[in-house]
Amino acid sequence: MEVVIFTGLALVAAVSAVLVIVQRHAVYSALFLIITMGGLAGIYILLEAYFVWVIQVIVYAGAIMVLFLFVIMLMDLRRERDPWAPPGRGRIVAAILLSLVLLGELVLTVAQRLTLGPGGGPPPAGAFGTTLTVGRLLFSEYLFPFEVTSVILLVAMVGAMVLAKKHLT
Amino acid sequence: MLETLITMLVKIVVVFGALLLTVAYMTWVERKVIADIQVRLGPMRVGPHGLLQPIADGLKLMFKEDLIPSQVERVVFLLAPSLSIVPAFIAFAVIPFGDTTTLFGLLSKPVPLHITDIDVGVLFVFGVASLGVYGIVLAGWSSNNKYSLLGGLRSSAQLISYELSMGLSVVGVLILAGSLSLVQIVKAQEGVEWIFGILPHPRWFLFSQPLGFLIYFTCALAETNRAPFDLPEAETELVAGFHTEYSSMKFAMFFMAEYANMITVSALATTMFLGGWLGPIGPSPVWFLGKVFVLLFLFIWFRATLPRFRYDQLMSFGWKRLLPLALLNVVWSALWALRG
Repeated sequence: MEVVIFTGLALVAAVSAVLVIVQRHAVYSALFLIITMGGLAGIYILLEAYFVWVIQVIVYAGAIMVLFLFVIMLMDLRRERDPWAPPGRGRIVAAILLSLVLLGELVLTVAQRLTLGPGGGPPPAGAFGTTLTVGRLLFSEYLFPFEVTSVILLVAMVGAMVLAKKHLT
Repeated sequence: MLETLITMLVKIVVVFGALLLTVAYMTWVERKVIADIQVRLGPMRVGPHGLLQPIADGLKLMFKEDLIPSQVERVVFLLAPSLSIVPAFIAFAVIPFGDTTTLFGLLSKPVPLHITDIDVGVLFVFGVASLGVYGIVLAGWSSNNKYSLLGGLRSSAQLISYELSMGLSVVGVLILAGSLSLVQIVKAQEGVEWIFGILPHPRWFLFSQPLGFLIYFTCALAETNRAPFDLPEAETELVAGFHTEYSSMKFAMFFMAEYANMITVSALATTMFLGGWLGPIGPSPVWFLGKVFVLLFLFIWFRATLPRFRYDQLMSFGWKRLLPLALLNVVWSALWALRG
């Protein structure tokens, strides 16, 4: 049963992830990205990590993707004129480089997994992914990285504001 | 196993049916209350005091011609109404509407009156509510019409801005209750407290979190696109906003979603601030419903009283007034909890 549900969710996530990049229209890409997020959220439920699941829905599907859509709709109101025009040379080079990096990472991860044997690594502790455990970890072991992350995000936000403004008053 | 399955199904059907009926009759209540405030009669023709009006309206909407304009993005255009109505109804899965019951001794063991109780109930409702905006945004975009698009964009900006304050406004309640489960939150509000040792009042979080409740309710008005925050469908500026191009049952689905959302946020407010199903005597669902209807009446009252905000006012109010207040409330609640 678990395998069936997992396969279904994984398929949904993977297929819509492919569709994200195949789509020519940015809005449809964003919509498929939301479905991918949903598939991942389903896998979290399967892991009984309910807190992670809800946060995935609220933060990624609910907040970030709404902002994405918002920006896409504001910027790109017209349909792309020639969807099959060949991309420029710069884009091709960048695409090849980035896919090589991704391929390298994938190979590394799979190799690591295989050396660990089936199941790989110790199973997570009892109440993995519940509000209590996540909260405890966040405010004890990971307090410093957590705070640093929020400061970095704040800096990025202020930076974006400064860059976007023409005149600083 | 079979018995739990059956009770589960019965509960789902009852909640869903009751919700649909309430949605239908909220349109009647709204017209009647507003008519009364404006010294009119409101619907009077269909049935006594217009009581059959919602049914007539529903039938009319179902039999109306279903137009799909030629310039729309078809798939998304058809998907949008469902995307807006489904989250509105799903949220009710975790809201407890009563204590346990045996149905006057008909059942062998007491059955809890909620569909399900998950340990992240509050977050679940917020998560589902945050998905509701897609229906509106996509409706606005797929209609391929500038008024619709403006309505959709306004709505998404509004929801993102007010969701933050809404989430923060309930943190105080979560600190006091020590749980994210809605059933546990209601149970934490049992009993009576005394002001200065003379004035008794129920231990509802409304009394310990008055600011939180005010912020929550303001955000709830904005989240449900109700007056004075009904900018996504401001008739005077945007024709009908995001649902300009919709007709027949698809239009009705947006309408139903708006009312279902109103009921959901009221039910959540009741659960978190007004003690949920708790009451001194009598069956608990009655208390729950009574409190929800008081809040729904407030929604209508606000609509009949307050003029619409201007868009920049809405944004600066959300970010510069409500958000700092909500943060202040979080800090204050945390200090309060440390003291106690």
